[in-house]
Amino acid sequence: MAAAGGHAARDILGTIGGTPMVELARLAPHSGVRLYAKLEGSNPTGSVKDRVALAMVESARASGALGRGQTILEPSSGNTGISLALMGRLLGHPVRIVLPDNTTLEREELLCLYGAEIINSPGAEGSNGAIRLAHSLAEADPDLFMPYQYGNEANPRAHETTTGPEILEQVPDVDAFVAGLGTGGTLTGVGRHLKHAKPGVRVVAAVPLPGEQVQGLRSLEDGFVPPVLDESILDDRYLVSNRDALIGVRRLLREEAIFAGLSSGAAVAVAVRVAREMASGAVVVLLADGGWKYLSAKLWTRGLDELSDDLASSLLW
Amino acid sequence: MSTIRIPPVLRENVGGSRTVEVSGSTVAEAIEDLFGRHPSLRERITEDGKLSRFINVYVNERDVRYRDGLETPVGAGDTIILLPAMAGGTA
Repeated sequence: MAAAGGHAARDILGTIGGTPMVELARLAPHSGVRLYAKLEGSNPTGSVKDRVALAMVESARASGALGRGQTILEPSSGNTGISLALMGRLLGHPVRIVLPDNTTLEREELLCLYGAEIINSPGAEGSNGAIRLAHSLAEADPDLFMPYQYGNEANPRAHETTTGPEILEQVPDVDAFVAGLGTGGTLTGVGRHLKHAKPGVRVVAAVPLPGEQVQGLRSLEDGFVPPVLDESILDDRYLVSNRDALIGVRRLLREEAIFAGLSSGAAVAVAVRVAREMASGAVVVLLADGGWKYLSAKLWTRGLDELSDDLASSLLW
Repeated sequence: MSTIRIPPVLRENVGGSRTVEVSGSTVAEAIEDLFGRHPSLRERITEDGKLSRFINVYVNERDVRYRDGLETPVGAGDTIILLPAMAGGTA
């Protein structure tokens, strides 16, 4: 995807992917293991979702599923929506994003700046609520195209063909890969590539422990396992509280001077735990976004207890 | 005794409690003890005698599927979390 130095990209889409890998020597729990971070905040809109949005839009345009000038509709708590809005602006598609009403101000502003229309869903219903609303809007209007990252194979494929190979090239001796679980696209795609190349690699998911107010399930049957998640790829799965994710995000900034988003803090918390239990080897953790879209939430400056309570009612990753 | 944390969607079945103390030396025994105390829960979270696939079980933050499943040992001080499958966040 991204041009390997030297020449100019044709447009901003040519700068997606090819993100840096950096060793986290200060966060490694002991000298036997090396810990590395893949900095997805370096993508044009500041998150890993640029890879996914590009792959979904390109494959839909190629297959004809997305026609010239057709409107794109997608449920998103922010990052995918912003990435799709960039694609829409550049490629001439109006974009509508169903966004829970308890994310951060930065996300709404960025969506507007890239020209997307925001449709709010109730924050208390979490991402499930946004997905429900988007499905009903898409059913009511057949002119809308919904990429639907939770069920679109282009999502894991983007990671299998770009993120995974980049990781293997940057850290050829990788033994474990850790990432946050949202749609499951990153873990499934990167996991497939790494396990194909090195069958012994462990793939570990960091799962958010949702605050009670965002556990917006009306019933258990409302429960949701994303279709793109291949659970057989996972070797382990850890729950991370908002508090531990915050501690992770602050350690990243304080000890490694890396400014990353909340899910990155959660992934780092799990990566350190995985590394601690290994005698030797290399662990790669994917940092899904930069810290910019979280400034208004004051993740780095407010008291931990107050902030943990506050995050229980919002949807930040 | 270990502690089972009950998600909001299931609290009506346990008289509103957020946590329930249970006995048992494995996750399966602990959940059986929970069903004994709150019988209506059994029907809500099992299908054909097995735990619903919409319920994820964690012991001390680690998913039991990748350990010994329902045979994962538990004891004093351990926390079992029953978490409904939900859509993730940075979506």
